[in-house]
Amino acid sequence: MAHVEHDVISGQNTTGHEWDGIKELNTPLPKWWVYVFWACVIWAIGYWIAMPTWPTTNGFTRGMLEYSSRGDLANELDIQKKARSQWLTKLEAASVEDIAKDKTLLNYALAGGKIAFGENCSACHGSGGVGVAGAYPRLADDEWIWGGTLEDIHQTIQYGVRNENGESRQSEMLAFGTGDTLDATQVDQLADYVLSLSSKTPAAGSPGEAIFAERCTACHAEGGVGTKELGAPALNNNIWLFKGDKESAKQGVVNQITKPRHGSMPAWAGRLDAATIKMLAVYVHSLGGGK
Amino acid sequence: MSTNTDATAYNEDVVKKFVLAAIFWGVVGFLAGDFIAWQLAFPALNLDLEWTTFGRLRPVHTSAVIFAFGGNILFCTSLYVVQRTCRASLFGGSGFGTFVFWSFQAMIVAAALTYVLGFSQGQEYAEPEWWVDLWLTVNWVCYLIIFAGTIMKRKEPHIYVANWFFFAMILTVAMLHLGNNLAVPAGFFGGDWMKSYNIFGGVQNAMTQWWYGHNAVGFFLTAGFLGIMYYFVPKRAERPVYSYRLSIVHFWALIFLYIWAGPHHLHYTALPDWAQTLGATFSVMLWMPSWGGMINGLMTLSGAWDKLRTDPVMRFLVSSVAFYGMSTFEGPMMSIKAVNSLSHYTDWTIGHVHSGALGWVAFVSFGALYYLVPKLWGRKEVYSLKLVGLHFWVATIGIVLYITAMWISGIMQGLMWRAYDNLGFLQYSFIETVEAMHPYYVIRATGGLLFVLGALIMVYNFIKTIKGDVAEEAMQPSTAGAR
Repeated sequence: MAHVEHDVISGQNTTGHEWDGIKELNTPLPKWWVYVFWACVIWAIGYWIAMPTWPTTNGFTRGMLEYSSRGDLANELDIQKKARSQWLTKLEAASVEDIAKDKTLLNYALAGGKIAFGENCSACHGSGGVGVAGAYPRLADDEWIWGGTLEDIHQTIQYGVRNENGESRQSEMLAFGTGDTLDATQVDQLADYVLSLSSKTPAAGSPGEAIFAERCTACHAEGGVGTKELGAPALNNNIWLFKGDKESAKQGVVNQITKPRHGSMPAWAGRLDAATIKMLAVYVHSLGGGK
Repeated sequence: MSTNTDATAYNEDVVKKFVLAAIFWGVVGFLAGDFIAWQLAFPALNLDLEWTTFGRLRPVHTSAVIFAFGGNILFCTSLYVVQRTCRASLFGGSGFGTFVFWSFQAMIVAAALTYVLGFSQGQEYAEPEWWVDLWLTVNWVCYLIIFAGTIMKRKEPHIYVANWFFFAMILTVAMLHLGNNLAVPAGFFGGDWMKSYNIFGGVQNAMTQWWYGHNAVGFFLTAGFLGIMYYFVPKRAERPVYSYRLSIVHFWALIFLYIWAGPHHLHYTALPDWAQTLGATFSVMLWMPSWGGMINGLMTLSGAWDKLRTDPVMRFLVSSVAFYGMSTFEGPMMSIKAVNSLSHYTDWTIGHVHSGALGWVAFVSFGALYYLVPKLWGRKEVYSLKLVGLHFWVATIGIVLYITAMWISGIMQGLMWRAYDNLGFLQYSFIETVEAMHPYYVIRATGGLLFVLGALIMVYNFIKTIKGDVAEEAMQPSTAGAR
């Protein structure tokens, strides 16, 4: 059956088999291939001796280096913790105001706050705290819904806004347009007036002004300057969370009066350690230029 | 004694169907891949529709290229090769083969539709829900019967090496598919009949998933396509296979070692350390067995290297083997834990996969298709070898753009993640790494676009070939491809 042929080009013989015209040479294994293969096997055996490898009935072979990736991680965390410990003790002992006064501590807190912000806050508030229109407030300005002092910001980060934490900041705007409080015309008039608040000439004497005085000043205060303790935003500037673009500006305000949307923010106390939260407060404060 | 006068009536009807399906799904899969590549660079392309989000289109891309394109390529080549090298017609005849063909295509459509509608098992490359899995199982068993039946009928005394690889692929994929899809439909417990839950949970689920995932690469995309290489390279080069002995040794070494390498996908996770060690070491030992195929592919060209200059189809086949060699070196290297700690979860992995998928799997498939289409439709050669050459260069530039962009992006991403500033804080937040990757995402998507373009050139060439046209260049007396 087999019909061995000699191949002149390679100098090898064929195996004598043929399939659909394909023949095979009987070339020996390339030596370098065999050597590298065995080198890899020997390396693997060495690795098995050094590292945790084979499962046994009651565990696994630990290896001469007694390596464990959990142990490795614990060590690395330990080293970092030690390197940071002097700073962390200082941060824990100091109030946010103290931190802001101590230049070296402040620098450290700003650096730590920046990275903590990137990992924990920027998902909603955007990179560098630019915010998301219609959803998450911009932090990189001097307008603060719940107050922009160091202590205000510290409080907001620790306990969050409208969540289940007992210390959370709470407030809720009424839905003025859904019951029989205001009819559609009144909502429309009120929206016109609210929009005029941020212009240089508020629409004095308009029907909207009267509604505003009656319904809105309790929280948003006279002239719409807002009340930070209640989380009632200032309406007399051009910074809006739920307004939308130029074309839909009025519709945004109408919607908010009719059936308001309320943002919420989780409490970070318990998720992040106290020192990190303080660093965050200092960093966020610096974003808005500190006010 | 082997004879050249072949009286066996081969069943080419079924093979032709699989060829056409492979070309069709290839284009669909490449387009889907390039679209989601643009989505990563420009998220607005998610179109704000649930059906067109990256999360749903990504499995459409992977399933279309691996199972629809790759699967149909494996069907058409294996069923062609097994008949020729066994001198036997297909077991079960045309009817059985046609049934498998339509059933497989319908299964692909069902899988893609369910992804887009939001149904997924949530396991990479094993996304189809339980009823699609069952459907595929029936399909695959039929394929096994056809393939094994044809081998049993063979008139050749020995089984050709390409068939060993195809057979290993069919058997192992069956085992992997069943092992990783042991799921219970939620309907039995009053839940949604469309949804199912894997019987393994947590780290056991992760382990079986990557045992499956890695060997889908190892057997579907490596062993199966080595089978293609072992037939079409010697055929096109008209040279004997370099070494029969190497083919035996590297076949068994590859089969034995590959199956243990899966845990390298789970380095530095909850997977026990011992399993990670085994995964890494078996991956490194796999390097030479993988390269055995490369040596046999490249060295078969000795005495026929001039064909690289004159035959663009040969260029596809040889480059595919070169890409195969590159990615089977890169893979073991990335499975070493120290390297993996940098590369894991970065685009480097995506680049690695695509140097294998585009460079090896797709190129060897293109080579086989350029060989098969004229043969099956009774033409002397493809419509235009010049266009084959153009396809080769456009696609190669595309691949080079793709993988270099992913290397840079991935290594940069890995280095940024681990960078500390002088105060001991991480230097970059995640979003900063995403911003830094944007230009490379654009380059990658551009590379992908070139790859799609190349495939469209191929489609045009095949339409002309099947119609029986011959380009002017081929009619010149200087004969095909001589430039």
